[in-house]
Formats: sequence, C-alpha cells, structure tokens
Amino acid sequence: MAIAMLAPSLVILVVFVLYPLGKAVVLGQQRCNVQGRDCVSNGWDQYIDTFLSSEFQHALGVTFKFALITVPLGLVFGVGLAVLADKHLRGIGIFRAIFSSTVATSVAVSSLMWLFLLQPEVGALSNLGWLSDMFPVIKSPGLLRDPGTALTAVAMSSVWSSLGFTFILVTAGLQGIPAELYEAAAIDGATGSRRFRHVTLPMLGPTLLFVLIVLTTRAFQTYGEIDLLTSGGPKPHDSTMTLTYLTYGQDSIIRGNAGLQAATAVLLFVVLLGLSLLQLRGIGKRVHYGNT
Amino acid sequence: MATPDQAVIIATQPAGTSGGAVFRPPRGLRLVGRYSLLGLVTLIVLFPVYTTVVASLKPGNKVLQNPLVPDAFTLDILREAWSEGRLGRFILNSLVVAVLVTVCQVATSVMSGYVFAMLDFPGRGALFLVFLATLLVPLEATLVVNRRTVDSLGWLNSYQGLAAPFLATAFGTFLLRQVFLGFPDELRDAARIDGAGHIQFLWRVALPIIRPTVGALALFGFLSSWNQYLWPNLITTESDMNTVQSGLRLLRYSTLDKPNLLMAGTVIAAVPIFAALLVFQRQLVRGLTAGAVKG
Repeated sequence: MAIAMLAPSLVILVVFVLYPLGKAVVLGQQRCNVQGRDCVSNGWDQYIDTFLSSEFQHALGVTFKFALITVPLGLVFGVGLAVLADKHLRGIGIFRAIFSSTVATSVAVSSLMWLFLLQPEVGALSNLGWLSDMFPVIKSPGLLRDPGTALTAVAMSSVWSSLGFTFILVTAGLQGIPAELYEAAAIDGATGSRRFRHVTLPMLGPTLLFVLIVLTTRAFQTYGEIDLLTSGGPKPHDSTMTLTYLTYGQDSIIRGNAGLQAATAVLLFVVLLGLSLLQLRGIGKRVHYGNT
Repeated sequence: MATPDQAVIIATQPAGTSGGAVFRPPRGLRLVGRYSLLGLVTLIVLFPVYTTVVASLKPGNKVLQNPLVPDAFTLDILREAWSEGRLGRFILNSLVVAVLVTVCQVATSVMSGYVFAMLDFPGRGALFLVFLATLLVPLEATLVVNRRTVDSLGWLNSYQGLAAPFLATAFGTFLLRQVFLGFPDELRDAARIDGAGHIQFLWRVALPIIRPTVGALALFGFLSSWNQYLWPNLITTESDMNTVQSGLRLLRYSTLDKPNLLMAGTVIAAVPIFAALLVFQRQLVRGLTAGAVKG
C-alpha cells in the first residue's frame, strides 16, 4: 500500500528530474547530428573543453555579474520595503499589498513592461524628453542595446519582479521577531538604527539566508528576461548571454547541438550546487537560529 | 509582532532617560515623513505598471506623446490585442495546464507526504533521500532531456506534455509530511479501529485538518505552472498550443512597431493572476513562508 501511494510521485520525479539529470550527464560527452539523434561518444573531455571554451567562460562571467547586481539589490530593496511597511499605521495593508504585488507578475509580463520602459524609439523613458536629454543613451542606442548598460537594464527588470517575493518573506520574518526584544533594546536605550543592527538583522538571519540562496539560484536560472529583452545581445558583445540563455536560447551558438546543450546544463547544475553549499557553509554557520 | 499598544509604548518611550540625548521629531511630523516615504516608494514600484496600463488604453497615434499622461482613452487596443494575440485561446491553455498541475500536485503530495510521515516500510529512508535529492536539481538542468522524452512520447504541442514534468514535487511532499508528522497517533488508530483504510482516512479525517496547507500548496503550484516560460517555449511548435506566457513572446515579435498593442496584451495576460492573488493573498504568503521555515 505504501508503495502504491508513493508510486505516482516517485514515477514523475524519477522520469522528469533524476533520469534527465543522469541522461544529461551522459549526453554531455556526446556529439549528435542536427536533429539531436544518433549521438556518439566524444569523450569526457568534452566537459572540460566546454568549460574552458570562450563562449562558456563569457556566459559564466555574465551570469556572475548578473547575480552580483540582482542579489544584493534584491536583498536591500526587499528588506528596506519590509522594514518601511512594518509599522502599525492606518492603511498599511494597502502599501503591503502593493509591495507584494510584483509576485503576481510572471517573468514574461514584467519583462514586457520593462521592454516598454526601456526601448529606444517607442519606449516610455525615451519619450520623456528631459530624461533622455540627461542620459542620451536612453534614446540612442537604447539602454538594452548599449553593451555597457544592457545587463544592468535587464537586471533592473529582474530585481523589480522579485521584489514582491522578497518583501513577503522578509515581512513574515520581521513579524516573527518577539516584541520583547525590541522593548528590552529600547529600555537599554538603543536607538532605531542600533535596534535594527543588533535585534532586527540577527533575528532575520535564517530568512535572509533563505532569500539569498533563492535569489542567487534565480539569477543563475534567468531566461525569460534575456529572451524577451535582449536575446543575449547586443551583438557582437553578447553582453547578456547568460548560462541558461547559452543553453536554451534561440540565438545561442549551441542551439540544436544536444550534446553541448546537455554539457552546459550539467555544468550549470554543478556551479549552482557549489554556490548553494558555499552560501550555506560560509554564512549558514554565522546565522542565529533562535528558539522561536 | 508588537501589538498596537506595545508599538505605541516603544514609539513614545522617552529616548533621553539613559543619557543618550538623541533628537526625536514629534510624532505627527514622523508620521508625515513615513507616509511620504511610503508614497514615494509606491510610486517607484508601480511606475512600470502605470506606464503599461496607460499605453494599453491609448490609440496608436498617441502612444508616443506624453507616455505618462493618460490624455486619450480607448478600449479598441485591448480588443485588438485580445483577438490578434489570440489571448483567449492561450489563457484557456494555461488554465487547463495549471489546473491539471495543481490537482495532481496536491494529490501526489498528500499521498507521498502521508506515506513518509505515517507508514513504516523497508527502504523508507533511502526513498526519502531520493526525494530530497530532487530538490537540488534546477529545472534548467533537466529540460534538454525532458524535451526529448516528451518528443518521443509524442507529446509536443499537448496539454500532457506541458503538464507532465510538474505533476509531483518534493517540495509539496515535505510540506505535507511536516503536517502529518504533527498528527497525534490516536487519530490514525481511532480511524483504523473504525475500519478506515488509508484513502478513507485521508479523505474523511485528514483533509479538513490539512486544508490550509493544501490551499497554500495548490495556489503555489497553480502560480508556478501559470508562470512557466521556458518549458512551453521549448515544446510548443504549433501556435494553437501556446500558453499565455509563450503567447506573449509571439505577440512581442508580431507587434514590433505597435507598443500599445503589446502593452495591452501584457495587461490582459496579467489581469487573471492579479485578480486571483488579491483573493488568495493569505494562502500565497503561507506557501512562500512555509518554504522558508521548513525548507
């Protein structure tokens, strides 16, 4: 009976999570024809060749840069919003609903909203005369087409869309901090900023660690924003060619090469796993898990 | 969380008693300051939404002038986006897939969570580790092979293809397992004495108790299925089988010189999920935070 009730979950997880990972590991050392069939072994050093290739190294660098922009900004804005709205004021519920609302926008919806903001000819920002006079790059070649600004512009869209998620989690974390701690701190004469540093932040530790890992993982999985905003471009700099887009993108150099796609997908998994472990071990040890 | 009374006590505590002479502006002024800050941040957060909605309500010739001012109004663009973007069809597709995913995810999670929490059998620990391991695998690492699997099943461009990889989750299994672990033994024993089998017990006794968790999981599953972007793009080659999300991609490339049409399509695609979240906000918060606390 136990097995019968477990079977549906087990079948799905094995067929669509574990088998594909194992199969991808094997596929990653193979060379296939254009249809992705008739694969023959190309030797395990295909992984090393892939990893060392300039395309992969470039995508890895872009992805790290993307994470280095989106993760800290996402954390700071999320915590800032949550602290700002964590007060008993009339109408605070409305502000909370607004701040969490971006959780309802899918990646396609939020990317297209930002596309309209950022596009050079038909976009909203470029038709704000004073703003595009101040920053001519908005109008020509456009924030998404300038190799210097494209990645940051995409990152802004991404930070915006994950704001709701971070806000909800940090708000829940703040509400879990017992009021007595603040009272004790106040009696000891701690002012607002010291209370934040010595009570709020340490008590938020586990929440922040979780958010940190999720945001990092998301940054490394970013696909929709790139696909809709830049297609990995602007060319020839490939300024926004992230690992996921290199693997799946329609404009990717390895599109249609199942062996190399599998190899980059497996390498993405390894990089992500390593990062999560690093974060858990490096920061996790210093996080305070209270009894509450 | 501080109750309102406690918050007032903290807020009105004289700051200078322990010698730290810190200037604190009067309460009224601080309230004005906080509300203006909240208002300012709200404007920034909602700015992309605002420009999108304004653009979707403007006729084509007006959209490039004064993007911030709603100086012309028409519903024609929304209508055009609905028919040209075939959003009715795509919303239906998304709905079918998301409901399929949600129902199956809840069913599989309840059963496997129950088994891991309440039944003992050889190999349980090892199987649990297998479930645990799947949490470490990012979706993006599996899709290359999953596309081939779905292709060889003949499921490209089909509802079952869109839904299949997401019909069970380790996350849901853990969530439900936690709840079942909290069940007192007497509950199961009493039901067994009354002759209830596992399924009967789940349906009659457990369901009312686990309903809040199931609600959170259901909403979470629905939302993540509805928002899938890469997977439908990978396995949809016939236009009819696009979901809302992959359909927006089509619209993006068919409306290159008509930004208001694209924005109208974006608004239409966003509305159903916005409405759903307004109703189910509490469940969503519970689902998200359950991941943080237990995961």
